[in-house]
Amino acid sequence: MGKEVKSILLAGVGGQGILRASDIMCMAFMEAGLDVKKSEVHGMAQRGGCVTSHVRYGHKVYSPLAQLGSIDLLVSFEKMESLRYLNYLTKDATIIVTTDEIYPPAVNMGDAPYPEDIISVLKKNFKLVKEIDATDLAKKAGNVKAANVVLLGAVSGYLDIKQPVWESVIEKSFPEKLVKVNLASFQMGRSA
Amino acid sequence: MKVLMSGNEAIARGMYEAGIRFAAAYPGTPSTEILEEFAKYDGVYAEWSPNEKVALEVAIGAALAGEKAVAVMKHVGVNVAADPLFTVSYTGINGALVIISADDPSLHSSQNEQDNRNYAKFAKIPMLEPADAQEAKEFIKLAFTISEKFDTPVFLRSTTRVSHSKSVVSLEEPIPYIDKTAITYNTTKYVMVPANARIRRVAVEKRTLALKTFANSFPENKLEINNPDVGIITAGMPYNYAKDVFPDYSYLKLGMVYPLPEKLIREFAAKVKKIYVIEELDQFLEEQIKAMGISVIGKEIFPYTNEFDPGIIQNAINNQNKATDLPVKSIPPRPPNLCPGCPHRGLFYTLNKLKLFVTGDIGCYTLSFMKPLEGLHSCICMGASIGMAHGMSKALKEKGKGKIVGVIGDSTFIHSGITPLLNMAYNKSNAVIIICDNSTTAMTGMQEHPATGYTLLGEKTKQLDLKVLVSALGIDNIRVVDPYDLKNTRAVIKEELAKDGPSVVISQRPCVLFKRAKLKAQKPLQVDPEKCTGCKVCLGLGCPPISWKKMEKKEGSKREGVSVIDENLCNGCGLCLQVCKFEAIK
Ligand SMILES: Cc1ncc(C[n+]2csc(CCOP(=O)(O)OP(=O)(O)O)c2C)c(N)n1
Repeated sequence: MGKEVKSILLAGVGGQGILRASDIMCMAFMEAGLDVKKSEVHGMAQRGGCVTSHVRYGHKVYSPLAQLGSIDLLVSFEKMESLRYLNYLTKDATIIVTTDEIYPPAVNMGDAPYPEDIISVLKKNFKLVKEIDATDLAKKAGNVKAANVVLLGAVSGYLDIKQPVWESVIEKSFPEKLVKVNLASFQMGRSA
Repeated sequence: MKVLMSGNEAIARGMYEAGIRFAAAYPGTPSTEILEEFAKYDGVYAEWSPNEKVALEVAIGAALAGEKAVAVMKHVGVNVAADPLFTVSYTGINGALVIISADDPSLHSSQNEQDNRNYAKFAKIPMLEPADAQEAKEFIKLAFTISEKFDTPVFLRSTTRVSHSKSVVSLEEPIPYIDKTAITYNTTKYVMVPANARIRRVAVEKRTLALKTFANSFPENKLEINNPDVGIITAGMPYNYAKDVFPDYSYLKLGMVYPLPEKLIREFAAKVKKIYVIEELDQFLEEQIKAMGISVIGKEIFPYTNEFDPGIIQNAINNQNKATDLPVKSIPPRPPNLCPGCPHRGLFYTLNKLKLFVTGDIGCYTLSFMKPLEGLHSCICMGASIGMAHGMSKALKEKGKGKIVGVIGDSTFIHSGITPLLNMAYNKSNAVIIICDNSTTAMTGMQEHPATGYTLLGEKTKQLDLKVLVSALGIDNIRVVDPYDLKNTRAVIKEELAKDGPSVVISQRPCVLFKRAKLKAQKPLQVDPEKCTGCKVCLGLGCPPISWKKMEKKEGSKREGVSVIDENLCNGCGLCLQVCKFEAIK
């Protein structure tokens, strides 16, 4: 790649394993010989609130935060959360979105509806939108909790990192007994 | 070796590499992981102190004994530690002392957005500010060098974006620890009575002058002369934002934000046509540079509030606004919430039903101010709930009788609730204080404290007995309730509100995320859709698994929907079962 820096946004809800997923992604970029920075907010946001992680990579990265209108790839770990950050994307951005829904308090209480036709809104505004039922695929791979790695698998198809690099990073990121199911989840996402 | 590290991990690593083995802290986002990470290294002494003032005093003591010591806190923690801070600046240190302040521009998880660079100037203590993890690791080492060389405490300032962003860090071999500790006496230097302090006061001014000179040659105050049309003076993370959008401008990147290198700034000003000062929050650099008679552009175009990003800097300098609108406007908000099964829920549900004024405090339970619990009505700072409850009930006199409750978490009570509770007994208060004892410091991620019976290093220790402590402070009415038992919790609080004199109710049940409490997973509950009348009372608990499902209205029925429990989220705490009047939950 040239001088440019590329940006990815991972978005979802506290407890979905977003930070772990973005760690794995960063290590894959590192192993691929690139500079990488990422940024996220801990603390309050972890009690079921919104969680985002910016990942930026290239030959030399300064800012760990991307600016509005500059993100090339959005990975949404919850369906509705994809809508919240569309102003961060470039016009030609790619969106990978899970069909999993987690209701926020206002929806639970019946005060606000869960937005309908999210996917069609995304498709109307962006050319490349990939839907994926991450939790279902993770279940099939053997562990519901690996939905985050399913999504990583799905993203990997849009990034210039070779499969063995991903695999070696995943192997290093989990305790031995969880490596197999996570590799399977990654593969599920990659071929979905 | 290169690894990916957060700023906080890198600071801990830097401490270890520099042969530092002593640190004290009180947790607080975004600083918490520094000590958690440091504690994992071999041979270190690291402690959670009960609050930041104690943490700093512990570090001062260690430094007085010849140790190189660190005190770590979030920005507001420095307020708590401010008393020793201002005077340790006078005494100087014997070993070495670094105070890490982690600021939180944008208030991601704080009650205010104070800019702690002001403390450096106010207390006349030099301050370093790294811009990423690699620098964080190096700057902590430089901070110790400066501390030893100038006999001064040194600040290392981080911000949320430095502490919690990750970047590539090169690791180095740690230098071995050298034990230089000994008892030495130097009372004119360490006994700050007026006569001695007046002398030290002069020493402080001399030291600041020496540091000003040093700043001009400090290698982390860096000139980068590129395009001479525009020069940027900046420090910390904003340097990265600016470089991202203006890589070709000239820069003066300050690694030391106090005191400023006047000669270097003048040199820079002579080399560029126009200068922008880019800094988040206060006009800290700008004011001082303008006072040197150098003309710069700063807060005329950059915001005072919130953290920056590359776009904010680009928009300000190019006088443009690139913001794009969201295609969908009404996206339901997703605020943080109490976990399913959180012991705080039952308590605040009860407080709301009793229609009281609840002075609150800081912790997970602060979240219960929101709909639908709405069980907390003020939050200022750690420990404030107790003094405020007392003040309100004194001011309201009869009008406040039986109406004022102060609520405080166990970690927060130990942090700064003990003295105000003593005051309630002493000054004959009438309010009721509730200690939400969930056996941990939950909000910041489950840290130990004196009432958990374990230390940061994982050792078992003397466990504080809250009941005994409260009694020793002079409180005669002490009750313990289980907040999972709504009926009894309500009855006990009502009884205590009816009494004369102060009462303390300890609402006791471990946090659901707590590792040591052997909490049996209860069976998830279910709503029987036949029995549910759709009254929505259970929704008033604001419990994440309970949601409302709209239905077609049937002939002759008022029912518009039913409650549903998501079995994947429910942990079976049984609160909803207690509030349902129709026995529809099993
Ligand atoms: C002076 C200060 N130090 C630290 C913090 C960060 N902080 C907020 S709440 C809290 C402790 C919460 O623990 P506890 O009172 O036990 O309540 P819980 O979260 O467990 O419900 C801490 C450390 C702060 N806001 N202010």
